[in-house]
Amino acid sequence: MGNGAIALGALSAGVGLIAGYPGTPSSEIIETAAKWNDGSVHIEWSVNEKAALEVAAAASYSGMRSLVTMKQVGLNVASDPLMSLAYVGVEGGLVVVSADDPGPISSQTEQDTRRFAEFARIPVFDPATPEEAFQMIQDAFECSEKYHTPVLFRPTTRVCHGYAAVEIPEQFSPKPAPGFEKNTARWVIFPRSSYLNHVRIETRNPELGREFSGYRYNTVEGAENTDKAILTGGVSYAYLKEIVNGTDVKLIRVGTPFPMPEEFLLKALDGVKELLCVEELSPYLEESVMKLAGVHHLPLNIRGKRTGDVPHAGENSTDSLRKIVAAFIGADLAGSQPVDMTDAPALPVRPPVLCAGCPHRASFYAVKVAMKGKKANFCGDIGCYTLGNAMPLDMVDTCLCMGAGVTMAQGLHWANPGSVNFAFIGDSTFFASGMTGVVNALYNNAQMVLVLLDNSTTAMTGHQPHPGTGKTMMGDIVAKIDPVKILEGMGVSKIRVVNPLDLKAAVEAVKDCAETDGVTAVIFRSPCIAGVKPGKPAEISEKCVQCKKCIREIGCPGLVIRDGKVAVDGSLCNGCGLCAQICPTGAIKV
Amino acid sequence: MNKDILLCGVGGQGIVLVSKLLAASAMAAGETVHSAETIGMAQRGGSVTSHVRIGESYSPLIPSGCAELMLAFEPAEAVRNLPLLNQNGTVIVSSQPVMPVTASLSGGSYQAGPMLEFLKTRVKKVITANPAELCAPLGSVRYFNVVMLGIAVAAGVTGLPEEIVRQSVESRVPEKFREINAKALKIGIDYYNSIEGM
Repeated sequence: MGNGAIALGALSAGVGLIAGYPGTPSSEIIETAAKWNDGSVHIEWSVNEKAALEVAAAASYSGMRSLVTMKQVGLNVASDPLMSLAYVGVEGGLVVVSADDPGPISSQTEQDTRRFAEFARIPVFDPATPEEAFQMIQDAFECSEKYHTPVLFRPTTRVCHGYAAVEIPEQFSPKPAPGFEKNTARWVIFPRSSYLNHVRIETRNPELGREFSGYRYNTVEGAENTDKAILTGGVSYAYLKEIVNGTDVKLIRVGTPFPMPEEFLLKALDGVKELLCVEELSPYLEESVMKLAGVHHLPLNIRGKRTGDVPHAGENSTDSLRKIVAAFIGADLAGSQPVDMTDAPALPVRPPVLCAGCPHRASFYAVKVAMKGKKANFCGDIGCYTLGNAMPLDMVDTCLCMGAGVTMAQGLHWANPGSVNFAFIGDSTFFASGMTGVVNALYNNAQMVLVLLDNSTTAMTGHQPHPGTGKTMMGDIVAKIDPVKILEGMGVSKIRVVNPLDLKAAVEAVKDCAETDGVTAVIFRSPCIAGVKPGKPAEISEKCVQCKKCIREIGCPGLVIRDGKVAVDGSLCNGCGLCAQICPTGAIKV
Repeated sequence: MNKDILLCGVGGQGIVLVSKLLAASAMAAGETVHSAETIGMAQRGGSVTSHVRIGESYSPLIPSGCAELMLAFEPAEAVRNLPLLNQNGTVIVSSQPVMPVTASLSGGSYQAGPMLEFLKTRVKKVITANPAELCAPLGSVRYFNVVMLGIAVAAGVTGLPEEIVRQSVESRVPEKFREINAKALKIGIDYYNSIEGM
C-alpha cells in the first residue's frame, strides 16, 4: 500500500520518531511503521495533529529525523505549529505527510496541501505512485535536513491506498540523534528572529526552486517537437501516461510543486503554444504557470480549470481524462469498448450507513425518543456517527469539523432560547478536540447536553487506540484516561453513564440530563461491533403483524423486507436487540 | 501478464482482504501489481470497489471496458460496475442481494433475478455463487469472500496458480482463522470444478 511505502521509506531514511493522528487516507502509515518497528523508533498516535507536530518538532530540534502523519484537514489543526516552525526551522529532517482526498471520498473538504506549502513557504513533494512515494519521502528528509526546514509531503487517496511492490533494505536503523543543543536565538520564536527568518526563507526558496529544476521527479516525456503540452502532477500523471502514449503531445510532470522548479518549466515549455493543465483539487500548477508565463512573456495559451476544460471538483480518472485530452489534441482516443448498458435494471442507491448492531444507532434513537415533541437541536461531529444524519434517524443537524459539535451546541443555545441543544461526540474526537469546548461551555455558563458516544476505539479510521483505551500504538498498556473523571473534574453538573442498547434506561438518562440546568453529559458506553464477537441474529416470530415499525424507526441494515415481509439478514444482524425493544407485539427475539 | 480484476460489493463484505490476497499472490508470482481500495466512510455499508491491476499499468484504477474479471459480492453492484468489464470478461457474482436501508424504508426491494438475467445477456461467462449454501460447512457467511477467491482461482481467469494463492491466504490471515479460510478457499475451488464438470 502507498501508505506502507511511505512508512518504509521513512524508516529507510533513518527516522527516529513518528507521530500522527488517524485520518483517511493517511492512517496506515503509522500502522505499517509500527509493524516493522524493532523498538528503536518512537511511534505514537498523538491526541491530535497539533500535538503530533509539536512532539516531532522538538525531536527534530534534537537532531532526530521525525515524521508526522495526518489527513489534509488535520493539517488545519497542525497549522499553528507548522507556520511558526517554517520560520524557526529544524535540525533533524522533519517531514509532515498530509494526505489529500480528491473526490472527496472520505473527507470534509477538497483542500490542497500544495497551497499550504505555498502559504507556509516550505517545500512540498507530490508523488504519483506508491513506488515514487517510497523514494520521494527519503528525498524529502534529505531536503529538510539540508535546508533546515520542515517539508510537506502530499500523497492523495489513490497513492495512499494504491498497491505496488518496493525494494526495502534488510534492516532499518534510526539515524543517530546528537541531542538537544540549547540556543535561544534559534529555538525561541521572537518578532526580531522571525523578521530575519522571513528574509532567509525568501532567499532560500528561489535556490530550492533551482535545485528542484534538476530533480528526478520533475519530468518531460512524449513528443518532442510539438506545440502542445500537458502539465500535471500527482496521480493524474499516472492516468495521463496511459492515455498520451503515441500521441503528438508532450507530458510535463511536476513532482515538487513548491518552490516551483521554474528553470525546468521554462525549458520544458520551450516551443509550446497550447498548454493543458491537468490536476486534482485546486488549480495550483495552472496558476503557477500563468504567473511564470506572465513574468517571462511566454506565448502560451493556458487551458485547465479556469477555462472549464478540467473540472474543479472531484477526482480524475483515466476515463475522465481521456475525453479531456482527446478534446485538447483534437484526436479520437477511444479506449476499450465497454459493455452495452441499455435496458439495465434500475439500481438501488446505496449510501453508507451505521453498521447493523452499531451502538451509535441506539444512542441516537434514545435521544430522539427522549426529545420527541420538544424543541431540540442535534450537533454532530466527525466519525462514524456522522452517519446518524441518515433517515430514518435524522439526528445530525450540524457537522462542521473535529470537536465543533460541542461548541456549536453552545452557539445554538445562545441564539435559540427555549431549545435543548445536544452535542454528539465520539471518544477519540472528545480527546482530540472536544474537551476544550466543554470548558468553554462551563466557563461561559452555557446550557447543553454532551452526548459522548464511547465505543472504546477510533472506529471510522480503522480502530486505532486512543487515550481512553489504555493502549498505545506500540501496544504498551497504560492507564486509561476516563472521560467521566475529566468531565467531573471540569465541573459538569450531571453525568449519566448508560448502555445505549438498554433503551429504557438510555431514554431516562437523556431526559434526566435534558431537564437539568447547566452543562450535563450522557456517556453512552458500548463497544464498536467490529471489535466484539457477534451475537446470535434476531428472530422474527409469527407474532409479527408487519407494522414495519422496526424498519421505519431505526433503519438498521440487518432488517430487510423479503417477499413483502420483515425479515432479518442473518449475515449482518449481530443480535444487539434494539429492534426487539421497539417491536410493539414482542415478535422479535434475541 | 496483464490482468485487470475488479472487485465490487457492499462495505463490510471483506472485499479489501480479497484484493490484498490477490495483490499479494500476484507479487509472489513475480508480477507487478497496482491496486486501489475503498477505505473509510464508504466502507460502512456503502457501494465499494477494489481495483487490482496485475502486470504493466501506471495507474491504480481500471479504465472502462478493461476488467477481464469481476468478482461481484452483490448482484446489483455487479450491474452497477459492469461498464468497467471487458466485452470478453468473466463475472463471478453472489446471488444474494444486500438490501440498502433506503430500499427497505421505501417499502421496496429489488430481486436478484433481473440483475443476474441482465448480466447473462451482456457477459459471456457468468458464474453465480450462493453464499448461504457455499458457506454452510463454514458456519458463517463471513468467509464467503475467500470462497469467491477460490472460485476465481479455479476458473483460471486470475492467471494465478492455486498453490501461490493458498500460501497467500495462509500467510496473510491471523493464525486462528487460517484453517477456516483455507477451507473456504477449497470450497470455492471445488464449487467451480463441480459446475464446470457438469
